[in-house]
Amino acid sequence: MGMKPSPFGTQIPYEEKDLKVVGTNPTARPDAVDKVTGKARYAADINVPGQLIGKVLRSPHAHARIKSIDTSAAEKLQGVKAVITCDDFPDMPVLHAAAGEMIVNFRDVTRTMMAREKALFDGHPVAAVAATSESIAKAALKLIKVDYEVLPHVIDVVEAMQPDAPLLNEEQFTKGVEPAPEKPSNIAARMTSKLGDIEEGFKNADLIVEREFNTKAAHQGYIEPHASLAIYTEGGNAEVWTSTQGHFLIRAQLAKVLEMDVSRVKVTPAELGGGFGGKNSIYLEPLAIVLSKNSGRPVKMVMTRDEVFRASGPTSGTNIIIKIGVTKDGRITAAQAILNYQSGCFPGSSLPLCTPTVFTRYDIENVLVIGNDVVCNRPKVAAYRAPGAPMIAFGVETVMDEIAEELKIDPIEIRLTNAAKEGTQTHFGPKLGPIGYIETLEAAKVHDHLKAPLEPNQGRGIATGFWATLGMETSATLNVNQDGTASFIYGTVDVAGGMRAAYSQIVAEELGIPFENVRAIQSDTSSLGFNFTTAGSRGTAAGSMAAVKASRDAITRMCEVAARIWEVEPDQVVWEDGHARPASANVGDFEPLSIAEIAMKAGFFGGTIAGHAEINVTGGGPGFGTHLIDVEVDRETGAVKVLRYTIIQDAGKAVFPEYVKAQFHGAAVQGIGMALNEEYIYDENGIMENPGFLDYRVPVASDVPYIDTQIVEVPNPNHPYGIRGVGEVPIIPPLAAISNAIYDAVGIRMRDHPMSPPKVLAALDEAAPAAAAE
Amino acid sequence: MTEMRYEAPTTLDDAVALLADSKGSTTVLAGGTDVLVQIHMDLIEPDLIVDIKNIKELTAIKKEKGGYRFGAAVSGVELMDHEDFCQTWPGVMDGVKLIGSIQVKGRASVGGNVCNASPAADSVPALIAAGATATIVGPKGKREIPVEEIATGPGQTSLKDGELVVSFFLPNSPAGSGGAYQRFTPRTEMDIAVVGVGINLTLGDDGVCSAAKVALGAVAEKVLVVEEAAAALVGTQVDEAALDNLAAAASAACRPIDDKRGTKEYRIKVAGVLARRVALIALERAQGGQK
Amino acid sequence: MKKHHISATINGDEVDFLCETSETLLDVLRDDLNLTGAKEGCGTGDCGACSVTLDGVLVCSCLVLGVEAEGKEIETIEGMADGDELHPLQRKFVEHIALQCGICTPGLLISARSLLEKNPDPTEEEVRFGLAGNLCRCTGYQNIIKAVMDAAQEMRGA
Repeated sequence: MGMKPSPFGTQIPYEEKDLKVVGTNPTARPDAVDKVTGKARYAADINVPGQLIGKVLRSPHAHARIKSIDTSAAEKLQGVKAVITCDDFPDMPVLHAAAGEMIVNFRDVTRTMMAREKALFDGHPVAAVAATSESIAKAALKLIKVDYEVLPHVIDVVEAMQPDAPLLNEEQFTKGVEPAPEKPSNIAARMTSKLGDIEEGFKNADLIVEREFNTKAAHQGYIEPHASLAIYTEGGNAEVWTSTQGHFLIRAQLAKVLEMDVSRVKVTPAELGGGFGGKNSIYLEPLAIVLSKNSGRPVKMVMTRDEVFRASGPTSGTNIIIKIGVTKDGRITAAQAILNYQSGCFPGSSLPLCTPTVFTRYDIENVLVIGNDVVCNRPKVAAYRAPGAPMIAFGVETVMDEIAEELKIDPIEIRLTNAAKEGTQTHFGPKLGPIGYIETLEAAKVHDHLKAPLEPNQGRGIATGFWATLGMETSATLNVNQDGTASFIYGTVDVAGGMRAAYSQIVAEELGIPFENVRAIQSDTSSLGFNFTTAGSRGTAAGSMAAVKASRDAITRMCEVAARIWEVEPDQVVWEDGHARPASANVGDFEPLSIAEIAMKAGFFGGTIAGHAEINVTGGGPGFGTHLIDVEVDRETGAVKVLRYTIIQDAGKAVFPEYVKAQFHGAAVQGIGMALNEEYIYDENGIMENPGFLDYRVPVASDVPYIDTQIVEVPNPNHPYGIRGVGEVPIIPPLAAISNAIYDAVGIRMRDHPMSPPKVLAALDEAAPAAAAE
Repeated sequence: MTEMRYEAPTTLDDAVALLADSKGSTTVLAGGTDVLVQIHMDLIEPDLIVDIKNIKELTAIKKEKGGYRFGAAVSGVELMDHEDFCQTWPGVMDGVKLIGSIQVKGRASVGGNVCNASPAADSVPALIAAGATATIVGPKGKREIPVEEIATGPGQTSLKDGELVVSFFLPNSPAGSGGAYQRFTPRTEMDIAVVGVGINLTLGDDGVCSAAKVALGAVAEKVLVVEEAAAALVGTQVDEAALDNLAAAASAACRPIDDKRGTKEYRIKVAGVLARRVALIALERAQGGQK
Repeated sequence: MKKHHISATINGDEVDFLCETSETLLDVLRDDLNLTGAKEGCGTGDCGACSVTLDGVLVCSCLVLGVEAEGKEIETIEGMADGDELHPLQRKFVEHIALQCGICTPGLLISARSLLEKNPDPTEEEVRFGLAGNLCRCTGYQNIIKAVMDAAQEMRGA
C-alpha cells in the first residue's frame, strides 16, 4: 500500500473472550446530547473577543500567470487590519510528507494555500484580508487589483495527458519512466504494480474482456464548511482552533510552511462537521495565523460553500481501462489495469494506494497495473473515503459482471471461484491473513434480498469492495481519577461521533468498570504526543489499540499500588472485574481493592495512576464487503431509482454494532449519490459551474431507500478485539452495483459516470436501434 | 462602502413611491429566497431593498367574483395551507409545491417565482396553463396582463421602472376542467426543473376536449405557451394518438440550451414524455370534476 | 455602517439586537446573539442546516434578513429541550443513532418538529419528502427517518 508499515509497529494478538461492553450498543453516545441541543462547538461556532474576520480573494481563472498584485487600496479601507499575499509566506523546496492516505509535497502545499507564480484553478487563493467585519473584508477584496495573464488551461485527465496539452508546470518531467523523459508533461508520475507474467496469463485465458471507464470528480460534501480561528501572540506562539481530521498533522504542516518550531504551534480540533478525507490539509489555517500576526488580533475565517467546492479537494476524476482474462469455468488467469487519475493542480492523487490494490478482492497470479498521476487545472485533490477505490470497483466489478454473464455463471459464484482468502498473494506485497470476503459472499448468496421478485425495468446488481485499514502513530493517555472514573485522552479526531463511545467501551471492558464511568476526551496538540490523522479507517481500529495499551499500562500501575498496600510483590496481584485481587490464595487473604479505592490511595502509594500508549499501530485488518442493489429505470427519462439496498461487510469485531451499521448506511448513500448525480461540471473557461448544493446533487432523504445491513465478524488476528476498519469499504461497491443493476434492468452497460438521467437515456437510445435489429 | 437601505412600506402607494423615487439599484423583497441568494453570491448589491410583505393587497388570498385572487407575496406554505384554494387549483399547486424545500416555501412567493424570471420557475407553467393574469401597479397606475407576458428572458421582465406585481387572478374554469404540472429533476426534491410542463384542459359532456393550454418550462429563454400542443388535444378524447401528437408538438416547440442541468436533446425528448404524463393527470382531474 | 435596531422574541425571550441590512437572521443568531446551534452549511437555502421557525413557520434563517425579524417570534434548537428534559425527537435521535458528525442535526430536529406538528402520523415516505430540505452527509438518512417515525408514535401516544 501507499505507506510502508513500520517494522517497529505494535500489534496485539486477538484473544477470544467473553465481552461485557464491547459488542453492545451504548444507550447514549457521549457526544450525542450536546449535538441534539445545539451545544456542540464546531470551529465556526467559536468566537473570541477582538477577533477580526478574514476573507480570501480567489482566482477567477483556471490558469493564469500572476503578474502583479496591488493591495494598496484595500489596505487603506477603514476597518481593514491586514492584507496578505504569497509574499507573506516563505517559498518551500520540494519536501514530501504523509498526510492522511495521501502524500503531500511542501513546495506544492505552500502554493495550494496561496498561489505564487501562477493561479492554477478557479478558486485558487491569491490574497487574503482581515477586517473588523465581514462586509468590510468583502469590500476590501474588491479593492485588490490582480494583473493576470490568462493561460490556456486543461481540465480533463485524458486531454491533460496529450503531448500538446497546456502545461501546468514547465519543470515537471514524468517520474517512474525509463529513460527519463526530456519533454515536460502533465503526467507527474507513472507507477506500476506487477505480479506473475501478465502475457502468459492472458494466453491462458478463454475469454478476455477489456473495457474503458470514465468518472468525474466528486466532492466529500461535508455539510460543515472549513473554518479556522487563529491567535498569534507577541511571544511568537500560534494557537488555532480548526475543523480538521488531524490536528497534529495540521500543526506539522503549519510549522513547516510558516517556518515555526512545532512547539510554538498549538492546534485544537473543534467538533468536526464531517470530513470524509477532505479535512487533512491546511487551507485557511496558515492564512489566519499570518493575518493574526500582521494585525495583532485574533482572526476567524470561514469558507462559503462556493469556496468549499471550488477550492477544497474533491476526489480524482479518472479514466480507467480494465482488462480481465478468464478460463471457461470462470477462473481469472490475468488482470490488467490502466489508471489515469487527476491529481488536481499539483501531483499527488491516491494512486499510491490504488495502483497496488486494484484486484485485491481476487486471487490472481498475473497482474499488471499502470497508474498515471496527472495534473490539471482543478483544486488539488484530497482523500475521499477509500480514495480512488470506488472508481476502480466501477471498472473491475462491472467487467466481472460481464464475464459472469458471458460464461453463464452466477455473479456471486464467479466471485467465490476467484475470491481472495487467507494466504492469497496480493499485488501490493504481503499475503493476506484471515479475511472475511468469502463470508460476505456466502451471506449474500442466502440473503432474502435475492428472493424478492423484480418487475419490468427493474434490475438487480451485485458488487464487492476491499480496503485496507491504516495504523500509524497513535498516542493516548488514560487518567484514573480519584473517584475511580477514567478519563481517556485521545489524539485521533472523532470524525463522526462514534469513536468517543467505542474508546469508552474498550477502556470500560479492559478496566472492568461501567461504560458510564469512562469519559473519552479529545486532546489538543499540547496534551499528547504526535498522532497521525484520522484517515484510512484507522480511528477506532488504531485508536482502540492505544486504548488497550494505555488501559493495560494503568492496570499494571494499579496492581503495583495494590501490592504496596498489601505489602506483596506486584506479580502477586491480578486485575479482574475492576478490582485488584491476590493472584492466588497463597498471596494472602486480602479483600479485593476496587479501582476507586486504589485511585484514592494511589497518591500516597506512588503517585497518580495513568496509563500511556505512544505506539505505531501496524497489522490493520483489511475489510471486505458485498453489496446487493435493486433499481428501476424509467426508460423514457433515464431516471434510475434505487429500490432496495443490502450491505454485508466484515467488521472483524463491531465494538458498537448499531453505529457500525450507521457507517455502512452513510457510506452507501454517498456512493449512491456519486453513482447517480454527483459530478464537478466545468465550463469552457475551466470555471466550475456547480459550486453549490443545488447543482452539486448530494442525495436528499427522499432519494434513497431503506438500507439493510449485515455485519460479518472474522476477527483481525493482530488486534486484541479483532477490529477491522469499517468506514471506507462501504463506499466502494455502489457505483459498480448500480451499473450492474441498470444492465440487469434494461440491458445497457453504463461505463461513464455519473449514471445521470441524460446519460442513461442516451445509452438507451443508442441501444434501441441495435436491439430492434436483433 | 455604500449603505444598503431597507424599507418596509405598508401601502401600495408608498411602495410605488419608493420604487419610483429610488436612485441607484432597487430590489423588491418578497420571500427573499432568490434575492438573498443573489446578495450572498455577490450577484446584486442593491442600494435599496423594498420589503413588500407588510402590504395587505400583496398578502391576501380571497375568492372573488369569477375566480380566485392571491397576493404576489403570499408564501408557498400559505397557499398549501389554504384548503379551498388547493382543492380548486390542484394544477397550480403542483407547481407551487415544487418551489424548493418546505423551508424555502415558508418564505418563497409566487410573485417572486414569476418575477425572478427563471425559465425553470415551477409555478409559472402551471399558472399560465390555468390562464392566470397578474395585476401590476406602478407610477402610471394599474394594469392587468397574462402571466406569460411578465418574463421576457432569463432574469428579465416586462415590468417598467417603479412597477410591482400586486396579485394574481385565476379565472374560474368551466365544468369538466383539470390542470396539472410536473417537472423532471435528477433528484426527487431540492432541484431545478430540467423540463417542466403545465397543462389545463376542459372536457365537454361527450368527453371530447374542448379547450386546452400547454406551457413548457426550462426549454427556452422563457416559459413557452405551445398552441400546437394544445391543438393536438382539442377535439380529441385525449387518446393515444392525441397524446402522441401532443408529445411531438411539445418536443418540436423546444428551443433549449445545453447547460449544467441538461442537454438540448435530453430536454427536447423529455418535454414530450412529460407532456404526455401531465396531460393524463389533467385528464383524470377533469374527469373527476376537479379543475 | 448604520445599523437597524430590531426587537424580536427568541425561544420565548425578548431580545434586542442591531444589524446591518445585509445581515441574515442566521448571522444575527450566530454572531450577535451567540445562538450557534443553527449552522451555515451553504448560505443559499440548499442544505437546511440553519432551519428555525419564524412565527411558527419553518424557514432557512440564511434566507431571512435580520431586519425582517422585527416583532417576530423565532424558535431555534436552543429552545427545543424543556430545561434538562429533551424533546422526544431529541431523545429518539440519540437513541436511534440518528446523528454522526451532528452538524445537520439542529436543523433536522427543527424541521422534524415542524413536520410532526403538521402531520402527527406521517408515512415513511412523507417523512423522507418532508425532510428533503435538510442535507445530511453522514447517516444516509436511515436512522433519522427511524427516529422521527418512532418519536411521532410516542408523541401521538402521549
